[in-house]
Amino acid sequence: MKKLLAIVLALTFVLGMVACTQPEEQVDPNKKSDGVMTYAQYDAAKKGDAVVIEGFVQAKQSWWDNKATVYLQDGDGAYFLYEMTCSEADYEKLTVGTKIKVTGNKTEWAGEIEVDSGSTFEIVDTTDKWVATAMDATSLLGTDDLIKHQNKLVKFTDMTVVSIEYKNGQPGDDIYVKLSKGEAEYDFCVEYYLTGDDTDVYKAVGELKAGDVIDVEGFLYWYNAVNTHITAVTKK
Amino acid sequence: MNVCKRLLSVCLLLALTLLPLVSCHASVSHEAFEVPTDFDTSKEYEITFWAKNDTNDVQIAVYHQAIEDFEEIYPNIHVNLKLYNDYGRIYRDVITNLQTNTTPNVCITYPDHIATYKEGKNTVVGLDVLMADEKYGLGGSEIAFDAPTVDEIVPEFLAEGKIGDVQYALPFMRSTEACYINQTYVEKLGYTVPDVLTWDFIFEVSKKAAEKDADGKYKVNGQEVMIPFIYKSTDNMMIQMLKQRGAEYSTDEGEVLIFNDDTEDILYTVADAVSADAFSTFKIESYPANYLNAGQCIFAIDSTAGAGWMGADAPFSDIDGSKIVEFETVVRAIPQYDTEKPKMISQGPSVCLFAKEDEGEVLASWIFMQFLLTDSVQLGYAQSEGYVPVTTKAQQSAVYLDYLSRSGEDNDLYYRVKLEATQLMLDNIENTFITPVFNGSANLRNAAGQMIEEVTKSIQREQTVDDAYMEQLYGKMVSLYNLDSATSGTVGTGKKVFGALPAESVVLLCALGGIWVLIGMYFGVELIKKRKK
Repeated sequence: MKKLLAIVLALTFVLGMVACTQPEEQVDPNKKSDGVMTYAQYDAAKKGDAVVIEGFVQAKQSWWDNKATVYLQDGDGAYFLYEMTCSEADYEKLTVGTKIKVTGNKTEWAGEIEVDSGSTFEIVDTTDKWVATAMDATSLLGTDDLIKHQNKLVKFTDMTVVSIEYKNGQPGDDIYVKLSKGEAEYDFCVEYYLTGDDTDVYKAVGELKAGDVIDVEGFLYWYNAVNTHITAVTKK
Repeated sequence: MNVCKRLLSVCLLLALTLLPLVSCHASVSHEAFEVPTDFDTSKEYEITFWAKNDTNDVQIAVYHQAIEDFEEIYPNIHVNLKLYNDYGRIYRDVITNLQTNTTPNVCITYPDHIATYKEGKNTVVGLDVLMADEKYGLGGSEIAFDAPTVDEIVPEFLAEGKIGDVQYALPFMRSTEACYINQTYVEKLGYTVPDVLTWDFIFEVSKKAAEKDADGKYKVNGQEVMIPFIYKSTDNMMIQMLKQRGAEYSTDEGEVLIFNDDTEDILYTVADAVSADAFSTFKIESYPANYLNAGQCIFAIDSTAGAGWMGADAPFSDIDGSKIVEFETVVRAIPQYDTEKPKMISQGPSVCLFAKEDEGEVLASWIFMQFLLTDSVQLGYAQSEGYVPVTTKAQQSAVYLDYLSRSGEDNDLYYRVKLEATQLMLDNIENTFITPVFNGSANLRNAAGQMIEEVTKSIQREQTVDDAYMEQLYGKMVSLYNLDSATSGTVGTGKKVFGALPAESVVLLCALGGIWVLIGMYFGVELIKKRKK
């Protein structure tokens, strides 16, 4: 009798807990607060225009002197926040997936579209996080469509290593990577501030050899031409 | 009697507790350096050298060769090289490593930065005693290579490493800024490039170059992009314009004087040029060389040490070859207000020593530092770009004179634009100047450039730039760069560099510590007594 009572009570507790749990809500990466631009509106803005955007932190590149450089993305596109005004304490709060609202001006530097230095931000949501899945952009290499995905987390598959070169000729700074697909060659970079020499990707790229075939993931950065900032590699 | 005994005991305990506490504070900082009588060549030394290059393989090779050659002469000194491309990053890393006492031994840097480093007690070694040492000083009797004497260092360059009365740095290389000009386009616009540029000329031609045709393309180049005048370093732009006008910037002691009518007038000049689409900056657009070489810029002002990137035939390029257009490149000094009295900044890397506990290690580092001034290093590095060697010995050497005489023989080592930029610096050493160095001078420099950046951006964003704007801008700069406390130890790095605590604070802190120790001892004794009972 006691056992039965215990089982009934336990079942009641479990069922009660299940009933109390609401179905998990999907985070809508394109949901914007009032007065915030959609990605399409941001994309249409001209260089120098004031912009107000919202997105989810995908990676933090650097902090120094109350300035943070951050990759941000929503469901439609991505943003590069260059030297956004940010205290060191606030920088710690910018964990991957955190939704923030940024007020600043759009600009372009050597082909890279970014929110200019001096922008300000506020954290919108710390609970509902969203992390982008890398978009396969392999088929877009060499096309005019690639730049439309600038700053997004992307991946390229079955790329062949042409050369690996440490900036300054030694570890401790960026690694310049040249990869080919077919006849064409493309520049990639392991950006030291984004992924330093203590990261797996830095070490893995340092060990690559010409001729290796790899899948590569990273942020679609631009420097005069496409110059993806590598965040992960898989050697085939 | 018991009360007296207790009082005496307490006093003794206080004395015993406070004395070690007070004395232990001094061990946090390094003692002032004294040159050892002899350098122990049987002892192994490992030293680190943080060096800067301009993304230039030749410069990297020169550093490696210098270390190899040096280690051959001093096999007991091993030099670990860490290379950087930017002074800002060296500065950040030094600041970070100062806190953990892991600074390099020898470091390429700017005097402005040393002014911050040396806020810690004896962090940077004052070089005067070392330089004058008979055995190990510059060109001393015990130095095992042909080091320059103090008289063989260009005095103007040497003086730049002095902060107050102390020599904290030696010059390593020197450069100035030059204006790299697309002469083809200047002439197409109906002008002739004068021997000495003026600001009026450069702004007038730039405004003319900003004219578009009916299709919205620029008349001068037929392209959709033309930024007639791009300045790489806007802090230098402001500093040089002020200097040329005889306007105030700061006192030697660190009083900030930049927020004056001359500065405002310069900013209005910039605003006017930006309004006409005639001017922009590196921070806003990217490297001037890229635009110059693509026929999208007519006046590019950048360091003479960047000459290897300038011109249609430049050996270095950051842009696709298909974008480069043919044009005639000429090199001039930066524009002037008074063409009879040209003034231009002196810049370039200096080298300093960080203090270490082991004086032998500091001496080993100093010996290596001298090696960086030998002819082979000086000539090798200077020829990699538009740098000038800092010793008269190297400047007057047959190798260097031969190098200078071969301008234009190829587009590599003897690249004409590079050699003309070098010659420009050599011809104007007496016309160069530097700004006062004090703790906070790096901030003031940043503010000088930032004002030009802000005005340029504001005009591009169609904001109003008027007296109210200027007032607000000045306030913003004071706040952003801590210019109301330039000499108070705040360096604008987001971190505060603290000097040694005042003696009163040390005594107070130690007294507090001592009291807590006594309280603890009292309770401890009482506890033992109770247990014994």
